[in-house]
Amino acid sequence: MIREWMSIVNHQEIASQTYLLELQGEISSLVKRPGQFVHIQVSSQYFLRRPVSIADVSPVKGTITLLYKVMGDGTEALTNKRIGDKLDIVGPGGNGFPVEQKEGEEALLIGGGIGIPPLYYLAKQLTARGVKVNSVLGYRSKADLFYVEEFKALGSVQLTTNDGSAGKQGFVTDALPSLANIDQYYTCGPSIMLKNVKKKLDGLPGYISIEERMGCGIGACFACVLETTESCGKGYVRVCSDGPVFRPEEVVLS
Amino acid sequence: MRTHVQLPGLQLKNPIMPASGCFGFGKEFAQFYDLSVLGAIIIKAATGEKRFGNPTPRVAETASGMLNAIGLQNPGVEGIIKHELPFLAPYETPVIANVAGSTLEEYGEVAAKLSNGMVQALEVNISCPNVKEGGVQFGTDPERAFEVTRHVKEQTELPVYIKLSPNVTDVVAIAKTVEKAGADGLSMINTITGMRIDPRSRKPIISNQTGGLSGPAIKPIAIRMIHQVFKEVSIPIIGMGGIETTDDIIEYLLAGASAVAVGSANFKNPNICKNLIDELPHTLEKYGFNSVEEAIGGAHY
Repeated sequence: MIREWMSIVNHQEIASQTYLLELQGEISSLVKRPGQFVHIQVSSQYFLRRPVSIADVSPVKGTITLLYKVMGDGTEALTNKRIGDKLDIVGPGGNGFPVEQKEGEEALLIGGGIGIPPLYYLAKQLTARGVKVNSVLGYRSKADLFYVEEFKALGSVQLTTNDGSAGKQGFVTDALPSLANIDQYYTCGPSIMLKNVKKKLDGLPGYISIEERMGCGIGACFACVLETTESCGKGYVRVCSDGPVFRPEEVVLS
Repeated sequence: MRTHVQLPGLQLKNPIMPASGCFGFGKEFAQFYDLSVLGAIIIKAATGEKRFGNPTPRVAETASGMLNAIGLQNPGVEGIIKHELPFLAPYETPVIANVAGSTLEEYGEVAAKLSNGMVQALEVNISCPNVKEGGVQFGTDPERAFEVTRHVKEQTELPVYIKLSPNVTDVVAIAKTVEKAGADGLSMINTITGMRIDPRSRKPIISNQTGGLSGPAIKPIAIRMIHQVFKEVSIPIIGMGGIETTDDIIEYLLAGASAVAVGSANFKNPNICKNLIDELPHTLEKYGFNSVEEAIGGAHY
């Protein structure tokens, strides 16, 4: 993990309040796994950095692609940054998703809203290994859709929206495909979604990526902790450095 | 430029150290720079037993700072001695352990266990605002502050620095009391109790409801308190609260701090301590000082 000033090479709104930010710098060569994140200092006006997961890496261009949603003043201010500007970034942080499935196996990727981006880089890596990827992507409405075509290029996609304006109306858990051939699932999204996915897919091996308010983002401050199950016995673990990806049986989701 | 500072039990090559709770046990920051450059390291608080701390959210951003209510999560004093301190041993930097507890006895027990040669000084945390028992209760009542200082002193040969709370009406009274009880030095200030409320949920953002405010927002309060206390005690002060620049450090030295600790700025910039250490000699020179020592208490005339 390093701190560096990365150059903005692309920055555009790709869906309602959802932006694509492509950054060039050394950090792009340090990403080990999908599901890792970078910690962005928006400006000196915002005391804490904002953690944003990595949606894609281009070793050729030396860039990482981030997709973020405007959630408050900090991310709103981030939308004003222009191509050519430099951003103070610490990363890559966290352990990410293990990419260990074998050729011919099947994976189920379940993403909700702004939890979808890290699953894209994961889907690319899994398909590169010959793993068959099935994605279930949930958005608020049609205006919020992003990267649907990109996921379709990598495998089957089930689409849901809360209001039914695109795909099936409902939640990702209403649109799960047959689990008969699935060897492993991977999920990222709002905590209520993760809780329901964990319940519904009980018994299937999986990985859950968690979001939490962070302080330092490097494991030193113990702000972004998560309760583990009694059988796991680790007490509170750090989302930023022990995670953000955990086994479903390790963590208590509320 | 002479940046060396001598404090009870501590030879510091420079007056800059990370503050307790903002640097873990050093490991995470060792990937950014060589910890040997630091004047000292104050590690995260130790309690008698392992503690899990408060539920999340534990942090909230504020104007020029942040609130935190971690709640002293730590692996317990024995876990720290076994699994955390050995990592710091190879570095040429004195280690100051932060001692916390719910009872007088717990403070004493933790202090005694940490007096095994692995750390060079103790900072006694009588000012944590985020735990139900102990912590700030000891730091806001002069009688209890006296008791805990004396009790810890009886349990250790190490120099004892008492970390004072700003959540008091008369910080000078507490400072004089702990000096009388045998404190070798003071650390000031801990965070100031605060709250933020989310207009949408109508609830405090932090699950503990209140949290400790840190960052540049509290620096003027720390400077004022150190300035007040410096005049009234003869033990040295480690100053902290919102330090982000070497100009901030000069301010602390002039107010009466002999050394400084950098806290939540480590979250903004993991290299901050090293950057400040590199820059301090130039800033001292710029303001006409030949050494750090020359600047200490310079605002008192």
